Amino acid sequence: MMEEVKEVTSALSVHGHNIKITDVVKDGDALTFVIVSQKLSGTGEYHVDRTWDDFEWLQQHLFSQEDVPGLQGVIFPPLPAKASGNASAKIMKQLGVLGLGEWQPYCKALETFLQQVATHKILNKNKAVEVFLTSSDAPGRQKVKKNIFNRLSQAVEEMRKEGHKDVDEFFQTERDHNLVLTGCTKTAAEKFLDMVLTEQKIAVACGHFSAALHLCVEPGEDPDKKAFSRLCVQISEVFDSMKKNMTSVAENNVNTLGLGLDLESRYQEAEKEMLFRRTCKLVELENARRNAEKAKPVKKAAMEEVKTATQTEFQQICGVARQEIKQFHGVRVKMLQQALVQWCEKQLLTAKESTDQFNQHLQAFRGMAQ
Amino acid sequence: MAASSDRNPPPFPAAEDPEPGLVDPADGDSDEGEDIFVSKTNPVSVSRGVSQPDRGAEDPPDLFSEEEEASSTTAKSNGVHSDDDSDLFAEAHMELNTDKPGSSAKKELSASSGPRSTSTSTQSPAAMQPTSLEQLEEEEAKDSFDVDVAITNPEKVGDGMNAYVAYKVSTRTSLTMFRSKTFSVRRRFSDFLGLYEKLSVKQSLHGCIIPLPPEKSVVGMTKVKVGMDDPSSVEFVERRRAALERYLQRVVCHPSLLQDADVREFLERDDLPRALNTQALSGAGFLKMINKASDAVNKMTIKMNESDTWFEDKFQEVEAEEQQLRKLHAVVDSLVNHRKDLCGNTAVFAKSMAMLGNSEDNTALSRALSQLAEVEDKMEQLHQEQAASDFFIFAELLSDYIRLLGAVRGCFDQRMRAWQRWQEAQSTLQKKREAEAKLLWANKPEKLQQAKEDITESSNRSGSTASITVICLWESRVTQYERDFDRIGMTVRKEVLRFEKEKAKDFKSQIMKYLEAMLQSQQRLIKFWEAFLPEAKAIA
Repeated sequence: MMEEVKEVTSALSVHGHNIKITDVVKDGDALTFVIVSQKLSGTGEYHVDRTWDDFEWLQQHLFSQEDVPGLQGVIFPPLPAKASGNASAKIMKQLGVLGLGEWQPYCKALETFLQQVATHKILNKNKAVEVFLTSSDAPGRQKVKKNIFNRLSQAVEEMRKEGHKDVDEFFQTERDHNLVLTGCTKTAAEKFLDMVLTEQKIAVACGHFSAALHLCVEPGEDPDKKAFSRLCVQISEVFDSMKKNMTSVAENNVNTLGLGLDLESRYQEAEKEMLFRRTCKLVELENARRNAEKAKPVKKAAMEEVKTATQTEFQQICGVARQEIKQFHGVRVKMLQQALVQWCEKQLLTAKESTDQFNQHLQAFRGMAQ
Repeated sequence: MAASSDRNPPPFPAAEDPEPGLVDPADGDSDEGEDIFVSKTNPVSVSRGVSQPDRGAEDPPDLFSEEEEASSTTAKSNGVHSDDDSDLFAEAHMELNTDKPGSSAKKELSASSGPRSTSTSTQSPAAMQPTSLEQLEEEEAKDSFDVDVAITNPEKVGDGMNAYVAYKVSTRTSLTMFRSKTFSVRRRFSDFLGLYEKLSVKQSLHGCIIPLPPEKSVVGMTKVKVGMDDPSSVEFVERRRAALERYLQRVVCHPSLLQDADVREFLERDDLPRALNTQALSGAGFLKMINKASDAVNKMTIKMNESDTWFEDKFQEVEAEEQQLRKLHAVVDSLVNHRKDLCGNTAVFAKSMAMLGNSEDNTALSRALSQLAEVEDKMEQLHQEQAASDFFIFAELLSDYIRLLGAVRGCFDQRMRAWQRWQEAQSTLQKKREAEAKLLWANKPEKLQQAKEDITESSNRSGSTASITVICLWESRVTQYERDFDRIGMTVRKEVLRFEKEKAKDFKSQIMKYLEAMLQSQQRLIKFWEAFLPEAKAIA
């Protein structure tokens, strides 16, 4: 029952930096997320239920804002791909680290998305954000018109523009750098995921061994049998500890560096898309200039107008882009640092806990009667 | 004189926990009350290239007090050694119960018995007094062997397809039956197989559990023949070296096998004649042999009526345990594979982080990422060691015991065969008696005389011939086989007891080794993380 989204620049009525997704409910295929945000004025919270489709609605609205100058220069916070309760293997692969751990990492990624949108100085002025976060009803599901931000619409010929030489050294450098980083980060995230999956397999195998050892425990009064049974039980406990250790290690990996690399990877892609949009505008501008020059007097005025308009757009985009890039550099370093520090601290803690556990086991064995 | 077939073996003593050091002096043995021996810890060790074995406490030098252990050595003579079971039914040969002077097949009950201190190989206590099983257990408890073997320095000898790997077999001992205190020889894999074959022919007839050597591997060896440098060959050779060492250590830890001349020859003799029959002993060959024996036993028509359920129960336990260990082994195998995968994953990830670090222009972040790549490299190393640990400590332990349990089943089968030999001798005796009785009734004294005077050659070692009647022949055979059966039964019980103790010790020491390795691993891990943390914090 939402009316048309107005373009009034209304400020967001909630804090952006501490939006939380507190729960995820699975109902067949659909996943519903509970989003909690704190009111700016006084105490009080908004609790709303949203599905991924609602997130996409939000994103589409952000893409299609009409009168924001230089909008195409914005690096849009990346939205994770759609997850479903019974995801196919292909989707799980696409989700990477986000597909693990009972949707906890996925919720974290959605949370980060909302926080980034809500704190973005240009984007948070969009009414859709307020509606998304505070309206008790689900946002309208009408399909927003297709826009040039839709990845799928990039035709092959458009891709050729990607390599178009830039007029600005700053941007050329940034494009080159981004290209390299995007590739490296994606690879790193994939290899990290492989590691985590293997760690999980090890944990499972330890669990199997632990369970299988219990089958070796036999009743009976025979002292040798009892001794051996006791031994088996103890060994089983050791492997159970190993399983817990490995599970923790994998979890720590996912929740810290895994998420960090995943976000970095998607963010680099988002920057890439922004730079591409700017490049496309540059190509458009160069074409417009050429057309204006070559135009016959009849068309000349119109062509000049087009050229001027395009020029203005391009400059606006560049302006926004520079700012965005600067901010992006700062934010991503901070984000990666946080991820690395947390990762290290958690793994350190897990390693210390495991050491204690194994020590206890060892003492128990040493104390066992011959 | 025909013993009934449901004779009871002596009752198994009530559960006793023979602690090392506690001997009941009231036994009447001359065993010392105090145990100065420390049990040898187990032969398995994590892979290592150096020869010094990682043993438990070393045994004090003077192991053997001058005890007369005459009464404690029970019937351990060779008994009847028919080469072919079918000979029993032919009246051609006869071997009386003799003590073979060559002690190669002699089995000693107690490890700490005096006779071992005599350096000659002949020893045959004439007294064959049966001892109680309590005594047997106590003597087991004082297991102590001052023989340490190590297998090192695998070297490729020769070239091409005829190449083989020679290992250095080093022995360290204080036993006087050896020529010196430390010595070493070079042996190849087929020598080990040959030793096993010799032992199993001799010893298994007594119900001994003979340890099994590692299996042949055509694939593994072919790679080695081509070149010993690639990682899979290195791993193969190391695996084999470790397995051979465990095998040999188990052999020398066994009180009876250590007495065997073939074992001593194997350890000492510089120039060992090449074992030629090892073609037959392929990888699955050992177990096939044992299973064939089982099948043969099962097919025999005379079923044993086991009055003492100990053997039946134990046999079922052994079979069940073998299945469980197989399952465990499969799980450990998959664990080892996953760890190896993790090594690969970690290495690849480390590389990707290094690349990322290089591409990064924020210097602090770049440095941190490069550091991270190094940490991951070190972790890969840790994973490698962990995988080796998993493998050499657990997987190999389990496969050793799976094979050993097969050997245990084998010695149960030997006992069955001994029983059947006895039964068949009894029934033959019965037939002979009936035949004689018929002749008597038919009143044909000449024929009777003839039958009574049948002379058969005795292959008595002393060389004398004796004329003996057929009935006497079979009577003594029945006695002999009955004694054999009892003896084997006792041996089997003793062996199984010893096996179970060793097994518990083995598993315990292995898990402790494993935990120690894991602890070390975790501690190194902690160091890595502690070193990295400040780097991570220093970003931005």
